[in-house]
Amino acid sequence: MTLFPFFKNDAWRGMEMEQSRLEKNFEEVEPGLTDREAMEEANRCLYCYDAPCIRACPTGIDIPAFIKKIASGNVKGSAKTIMLSNPVGASCARVCPTEELCEGACVLNHSTKPIMIGKLQRYATDWAIRNKEVLFQAGRKNGKTVAVVGGGPAGLSSARELARLGYEVTIFEAENQAGGLNTYGIVSFRLPQNISLWEVNQIKSLGVQIRTNTRVGKDIEVNELLENYDAVVLAVGMGKVPKLGIPGEDLDGVYDAIELIKETKTKPLTDRLVGKRVVVIGAGNTAIDAATCSVRLGAENVKILYRRTKEEMTAYEFEYEFAKQDGVEFRWLTAPKRIIGDSKGKVTHVECVRMELGEPDADGRRRPLPVEGSEFIMPVDVVIKAIGQERHIELIEAFGLEHDHGVVKVNPETYQTSNPKVFACGDVIFERGKGEAMVVVAAQQGKEAAYGIHRYLTKAVSETA
Amino acid sequence: MADLSINLAGIKSPNPFWLASAPPTNSGYQVQRAFEAGWGGAVWKTLGEPILNVSSRFAAISFNGQRVMGFNNIELITDRPLEENLKEIYETKKRFPDRAVVASLMVEPKREKWHEIVKRVEDVGVDGLELNFGCPHGMAERGMGSASGQVPELVERQTYWVKEVARTPVIVKLTPNITDITATAEAAAQGGADAISLINTINSLMGVDLDTWNTIPHVAGKGAHGGYCGPAVKPIALNMVAECARHPRIRIPISGIGGISNWRDAVEFMLMGATGVQVCTAVMHHGFRIIEDMIEGLNHYLDEKGIASVMDIVGKSVSKYSDWGDLDLNYKVVARIHRERCIQCNKCYISCEDASHQCIERLVDENGKEYLKVREEDCVGCNLCSIVCPVDGAIEMVEVPSEHPPMTWNERQAALGRLSGCSVDIKSL
Repeated sequence: MTLFPFFKNDAWRGMEMEQSRLEKNFEEVEPGLTDREAMEEANRCLYCYDAPCIRACPTGIDIPAFIKKIASGNVKGSAKTIMLSNPVGASCARVCPTEELCEGACVLNHSTKPIMIGKLQRYATDWAIRNKEVLFQAGRKNGKTVAVVGGGPAGLSSARELARLGYEVTIFEAENQAGGLNTYGIVSFRLPQNISLWEVNQIKSLGVQIRTNTRVGKDIEVNELLENYDAVVLAVGMGKVPKLGIPGEDLDGVYDAIELIKETKTKPLTDRLVGKRVVVIGAGNTAIDAATCSVRLGAENVKILYRRTKEEMTAYEFEYEFAKQDGVEFRWLTAPKRIIGDSKGKVTHVECVRMELGEPDADGRRRPLPVEGSEFIMPVDVVIKAIGQERHIELIEAFGLEHDHGVVKVNPETYQTSNPKVFACGDVIFERGKGEAMVVVAAQQGKEAAYGIHRYLTKAVSETA
Repeated sequence: MADLSINLAGIKSPNPFWLASAPPTNSGYQVQRAFEAGWGGAVWKTLGEPILNVSSRFAAISFNGQRVMGFNNIELITDRPLEENLKEIYETKKRFPDRAVVASLMVEPKREKWHEIVKRVEDVGVDGLELNFGCPHGMAERGMGSASGQVPELVERQTYWVKEVARTPVIVKLTPNITDITATAEAAAQGGADAISLINTINSLMGVDLDTWNTIPHVAGKGAHGGYCGPAVKPIALNMVAECARHPRIRIPISGIGGISNWRDAVEFMLMGATGVQVCTAVMHHGFRIIEDMIEGLNHYLDEKGIASVMDIVGKSVSKYSDWGDLDLNYKVVARIHRERCIQCNKCYISCEDASHQCIERLVDENGKEYLKVREEDCVGCNLCSIVCPVDGAIEMVEVPSEHPPMTWNERQAALGRLSGCSVDIKSL
């Protein structure tokens, strides 16, 4: 995938890009496997015993089993195997860094080439989506209730497992739709929204109530949850992108990457980036998404500014490659110092400073230090912040939970917090420098938090009985 | 370049690859295209009284996504007038005088019918005749094909009738739909056949459609058994060829047929006693052009082995094919897993554990790395682990010295018999 032909064509300059053309840019980039491709690839799987791919999957999907089912024509069973282990397995089929996980562990790396596990997973789940399959049923009601705060991957996953165990589950979701990152935070050309919403509907079909547009701590009090439910899952993820802490941040033309991506998934695409020069600050996966998003919204030039080097960036290799192919430029060891605007308050330039790497800091990465006198000015129209996300400290404190700079402390076995009734999972417990905050990890934590609650509540029963 | 030419009971061809009597040899146009591509000979689609065919005739089965592991047909012999076929045979032979053109024949089991057709086809210059006693469907219901071929007396008698008038070599094509193919092969030899060809297709039903519950293929909702061929039948055919080749009373050349898809298959059949081979399904699948690799591959093989003529390999493995009772009970092989090649799919482990003798262990070395090891003292040398292993050379079957001298079951029984004072010679039983 290279630049789109009409971007190279000067004729479009100054003209409004057609809506449909922009929309085409946001269609899913990777095609799914055809039936025959899936059959051939599935048959190539060795069907290992005690397969390393299973161990490499954070949710432990029985990968050889689901692939065998594709080969035998039992695609529904295949989708069930996937979704049983990973309630957001359709999204993960698209966003997992498979070469670091299942595909990286495939034994065929040592002989031929690894199985396209992600693509086969997508094939099976796409089939289930297309055929409107309902894959699971709720367990027999056990009379207990659980509130799940946050309907992202971790929250949905815990809700699904709790519902299967017979709990009456209510998800409190601040947004208009559940699904969290998968619904709002990953660009449509990599993860179309309907995939995430299908997963949400699967969970609804188990009788899970989802109260959308309901922000806990604002629309409903924390105490209400603590009093009215037998247990609470805190799975609120992360908030907006923090301030850069440099002058000019409030100028017209400075965006929050998360908000920008969300906008492309919830509103008609606009032409306001057409022909613009964009810089994205940060080099994580969201920064890449914001950059490729800008290219596809018609930006003339998109640069990623990162204060460290390629070695320290947190974006996956395949994301980085994807961005390069979209024509995104990378400026390593470059940090913004000041955003400059014109008299109307519109961004015109960004002043940058060159960096060099010093000693490793707390998270083990070498600390970037500004090179004195290396400042330079870059003309830009748009600055997109993608330097991570804020934590929901206020809410965590409203729950009265022990935390470390917004990272809720949990028992790693049970996911129980300092309040025995409250269990936490997903980004809200994700510690910097402790692996990667992957959707698939959040999904697994959601499952484990559900089992933690089940043990906690059934133990309480046996103790009182 | 080795000499690839063969002489099968007097029928000569520049290479051992003939097209079998089947859809690819239905017309002069096809056979000439095949000869242009390099085929050494062709057995014309069976001639006889023209028949009527049904529509929806072929079916194939896939294996793990690979097409045409096995193939089946319910097509009958030629449906074109005899005169037309004879004219095209004449033209083809005239254009390609160095190639073997053999007429496959099938008529009612009547002496005068055989005499008549033999004379007519020999008049147009064929190099030999092949009597189709094998076709398992349609013709059999009319007393021809395998209906004749399953009865040794009928095979012998009809071969005899043909030999009464034939001036060219006569090959008898045998059906595998019989308990012991050497019985009919011997009958053919008794009747005076100059050679036998085998195998014809095997009775088969290719499948049942899971949605319509119809047979595959079906003709207006009804199916009938067809003839099975293709790569899946090769081991069955190879055994039958070998059984005939090693039979002391079948001393005529063999034309090998059955799942031969490439030069390697051809070499195997020739080593097991075939003087040449006939191919059909591989051509149905890929076209005549496969001959280029067949000729080249065979040539390279012979050159590498330093063999001057392909005829020199004919039958070289026959003496190695025997009865179970003649196998050495004290011979021992064990599996050995080469760690450096193993990719740890654990396929060998689970197949040994669940289906063989539980002698592969999953171990962890001092560095915490997992590996697999065969407990050789418990290994019976079944080969299963090396069969399921997906990596070449990761599992080797190693010969281990035996504490005992070789002894076959037959020798053992004979020895036991001697010990018990019984003088029965087991071998003569």
